[in-house]
Amino acid sequence: MRAIIVDDEELARAVLREYLAAHTDIEIVAECANGFEAVKAVSELKPDLLLLDIQMPKLDGFEVLELIEGEPAVIFVTAYDTYALRAFEVHAVDYLLKPFSAERLAEALERARRRVGQKLPPPAELAAAARPPQQFLERMVLKDGARVHVIPVNKLDYIEAQDDYIALHVEGREHLKQQTIASVEAWLDPSRFVRIHRSYIVNLERVVKIEPYTKDSRVAVLAGGERLPVSRTGYARLKALLGEGA
Amino acid sequence: MHPLLARKKRLGLYLLGWVPVAGLLWAGMAGDQGPVEAAAQAAGLALAYAFAGLSTWYLCRAFPLGTTSAAKLVLAHLAAAAALSGLWVLLAWGLGPATRLPMLFGFGVLLAVLSAALHYVWLAVEASREAQRRAMAAQVAAREAELKALKAQINPHFLFNSLHSISALTSVDPARARKMCVLLSDFLRSTLGLGEKTSVALAEELALARNYLAVEGVRFGARLKVREEIEDGCHACAVPPLLVQPLVENAITHGISTLAEGGEIRIEARRSSRALRLVVENDFDPQAPPRRKSGMGLRNVRTRLEARYGQDARLEAGALGGRWRVEVLLPVEEEEPR
Repeated sequence: MRAIIVDDEELARAVLREYLAAHTDIEIVAECANGFEAVKAVSELKPDLLLLDIQMPKLDGFEVLELIEGEPAVIFVTAYDTYALRAFEVHAVDYLLKPFSAERLAEALERARRRVGQKLPPPAELAAAARPPQQFLERMVLKDGARVHVIPVNKLDYIEAQDDYIALHVEGREHLKQQTIASVEAWLDPSRFVRIHRSYIVNLERVVKIEPYTKDSRVAVLAGGERLPVSRTGYARLKALLGEGA
Repeated sequence: MHPLLARKKRLGLYLLGWVPVAGLLWAGMAGDQGPVEAAAQAAGLALAYAFAGLSTWYLCRAFPLGTTSAAKLVLAHLAAAAALSGLWVLLAWGLGPATRLPMLFGFGVLLAVLSAALHYVWLAVEASREAQRRAMAAQVAAREAELKALKAQINPHFLFNSLHSISALTSVDPARARKMCVLLSDFLRSTLGLGEKTSVALAEELALARNYLAVEGVRFGARLKVREEIEDGCHACAVPPLLVQPLVENAITHGISTLAEGGEIRIEARRSSRALRLVVENDFDPQAPPRRKSGMGLRNVRTRLEARYGQDARLEAGALGGRWRVEVLLPVEEEEPR
């Protein structure tokens, strides 16, 4: 199996390197010290196995999973147990809590070997499962070719559904991300972001006014002049948030 | 026993309250007999009834207001009052040439009912005072528990990460592994007794923070740089235990660990004659992935400062010139030389 080690601490990488040397079927193809490096290495090297720390500079482990393609087996390696445990219960191959023994790693590898060849869930799904409940997104990550964009949610103007993708509209630019509008709606703070239409989520701060359009529908006018359709249920949600003045 | 009987002063006051009753009795009887005999008889009757009246207390406790039905309450107290007053009349009849006994009986019933009413008021006041006392005690206990919990807060993740580093070093660099064991033990040992103390010298706090940073230095290697600017007069200032270490830990978890290339932590302490100013400043990545449970350490320090100094201490945190800066101002208290 071709493996990538992702951990920002040199000593933590050293432990894995040392333990893995005993497993001849495992080849370490890259070692990464932060999330950006990890995303790049995974897309270039297409590993079978990812040994992934969670708390790291630049991108955390869950964000890395959201951004990578392919379906490597994922073993979380972390000192923070709560979310790794959650992720594991849903999808991850295993999780190792620091410090761990060579035997414990061997067990995790054995599970990974059994899982290779099986259909594994997409990493993004794993990331979604591991996301702590009741904690809304403060930033969104997406990949544009080889580039990774990190977008703080307060910079979002609105989100538009486009088939299997969503388009994030930020400062007049548009970024595509493979995700459904329903799942992104669940990740955003409902007091700041409103689903005004089947295909639109709007940042409440950007809404300047609501104008009537037809008998049953309205349009929301944003600070940048964009006009977005507002459905009847969308208008009800807006009204609930803004009070009767909307 | 009735609580009035236990305290002489209260009992005296209570009996004083019966003097007007004795006066009324005398006025009622003085017409039929000599004023002196009437006075003696009135005093005796009043004194006897004063003590007899205390018995309603037991009745009031046996029939608490909230849980007894009104009919039962009225019936019990009227029966008791009639019995009590009957005995009283019997006593008056025995004591001398008494007249107007029916009136005395009515008066006796009235007094017994009044006594019951006053006892109820008293019981209610006692109960509310007791509830208040209990609430206060609970509050004090909660506060103490909170402070205790706040004091003993060494982050377990710090321990796990340090042990993991030691585990890595044992094969790569055994000498450094041993050094790390010693550093970690030193740190843990110096935090052990801290929960009991109310204040320590800043010098001690700084030593603890340095010790902590030495452990983290092994984990982060060249990524962690530390600079200290400590004014001479600050070392003896008394500060709450575990004041500096959480600030430094905060600088690591929200600062240095978010930077792939690492950064610097600057610790500064200055004082005037009245105020001590502590600054912990660090490089950080404003775009770092959000940390879970962020700011626990700072909130903890702020709460402890508030509990101890009220308005006299201040903790401010925020980004300044691209670095994260935490500033603590607190009143100068010199540590007693020991």
